[in-house]
Amino acid sequence: MSHEWRPSATLVNLRLRARLLANVRRFFAQREVLEVETPVLYPSTATDPHLHSFATRYTGPGAPASVGGRTLYLQTSPEFAMKRLLAAGSGPIYQLGKAFRDGEAGRRHNPEFTLLEWYRPGCTLADLMVEVDALVRQVVGAALTLGPTQYLSYTDAFIRYLGINPHTASNSDLRQCAARHGITPVVSDGGLAEDERDGWLDLLLTHIIEPQLGREPDQPSGQAATGLDDLAAPLFLFDYPPSQAALARIRPGNPPVAERFELYIQGMELANGYHELGDTTEQRRRFEADNTKRQSLGLPVTPLDERLLAALKAGLPVCCGVAVGIDRLIMLVAGVSTIDDITAFPLAYL
Amino acid sequence: MGTVSTNEFKSGLKVMLDGDPCSIVENEFVKPGKGQAFSRVKIRNLKNGRIIERTFKSGDTLEAADVIDVEMQYLYNDGQHWYFMNPENFEQIGADAPAVEDVMKWLKAEDVCMITLWNGVPLAVTPPNTVILKVTETDPGLRGDTSGGGGKPATLETGAVVRVPLFVEIGDLLKVNTRTGEYLSRSKA
Repeated sequence: MSHEWRPSATLVNLRLRARLLANVRRFFAQREVLEVETPVLYPSTATDPHLHSFATRYTGPGAPASVGGRTLYLQTSPEFAMKRLLAAGSGPIYQLGKAFRDGEAGRRHNPEFTLLEWYRPGCTLADLMVEVDALVRQVVGAALTLGPTQYLSYTDAFIRYLGINPHTASNSDLRQCAARHGITPVVSDGGLAEDERDGWLDLLLTHIIEPQLGREPDQPSGQAATGLDDLAAPLFLFDYPPSQAALARIRPGNPPVAERFELYIQGMELANGYHELGDTTEQRRRFEADNTKRQSLGLPVTPLDERLLAALKAGLPVCCGVAVGIDRLIMLVAGVSTIDDITAFPLAYL
Repeated sequence: MGTVSTNEFKSGLKVMLDGDPCSIVENEFVKPGKGQAFSRVKIRNLKNGRIIERTFKSGDTLEAADVIDVEMQYLYNDGQHWYFMNPENFEQIGADAPAVEDVMKWLKAEDVCMITLWNGVPLAVTPPNTVILKVTETDPGLRGDTSGGGGKPATLETGAVVRVPLFVEIGDLLKVNTRTGEYLSRSKA
């Protein structure tokens, strides 16, 4: 066991991190968005079967060990508590803090990371995409030259890069499409079953489409360019399949779509935004459906956040919200390819 | 051998894939913010050396491969097998042609090699980085030319042919890099 005590990131990159955080706060101060702090430890957490929360126990005044203490979860995002503030009439708010996800470590993931989350009552998803674009451009400043912003629907992305329609393609079409691109997920113990439609869509998106998103037009990945910076351009992917709505509204139509977007730059996912679901009945139904799925997968069931549901019932203002991965933004500006290069003490250094 | 999950994947880990022993070269964790997590793996088939790419669903498991590296001394070959001895317990083992194919021209008796064993059977042999071999055949040397300029082929005692400076003569001992197949220097040993 080595006792390497030095940080993983260089001091130059840690100073860059500090500068970017200051830029974020300046951006919101200029726009009079209120900075808030909500609990990192909270009695409920995301129900999404693909998100794994750390659970811990509080014992002490208010929940002594004699009554079994109280389970609190490290938040995968501050969404629930921030929506309670919105329902209480907070107006536009943002939070810059740590979020936690078990099971996630890699080049672009660390189980503890810095998340920027903000909500704007009374704005459309299109308005919010414009504001995310403005934030990214202001925060990176002159350190990274960004090309013109692009907007691409989830459907058009699949048609453009794979020649299939993600809403109408059959599961076997999706599997064959992956195979045509040389991607055959190993089916060993578990594996990706034919009927895991969203799993196949995620596979195609992450393996084939994503690396090509957020680069200057006409310069797909792999092609020679003058420099990495020349290739950076924000791309908003929007209107997701309803099965991937999470906490977003679904817009009826043919096909119906989840009013949700993600931002990509240089093939890296940077942000995830929603036209927020305000319907308490629909929200409860989705939480319960997630928990049913969790049970079938042998995952722990998440206690429902009744206070959030009560807040939605009292009335969440019509609003949009977005979460931005600050570490990845720092990676882009620093020009590095691993999160460890811009994090003082990532998992491998603990 | 038991199983290993994608969470334990790291470069150098030996696993069974499609019935063949393999070594993980690179493992990348890929996950959309909301969605399925994958392990995208580059993996080398230890039987044929080929590198392939595979994607696993996070949490999937593979059977671990009983692959170990052991240092052994090369003894001799009988044309079918190349025999090695474990210097600690004097146990002998024979490697077949496919396992030594790429390196047999560097194998000299008594040199210590790394033997990769799969279920106790040699899969691959890695010779030392440098070996010292005697020249058995080359054009007459040009005495006095120590510049190293130009060059000529020389056949070594194991059959390997390397490009050497003009001054090298039959009977010289040469130090050769087995990774690049390049002449390094003359040796007195």
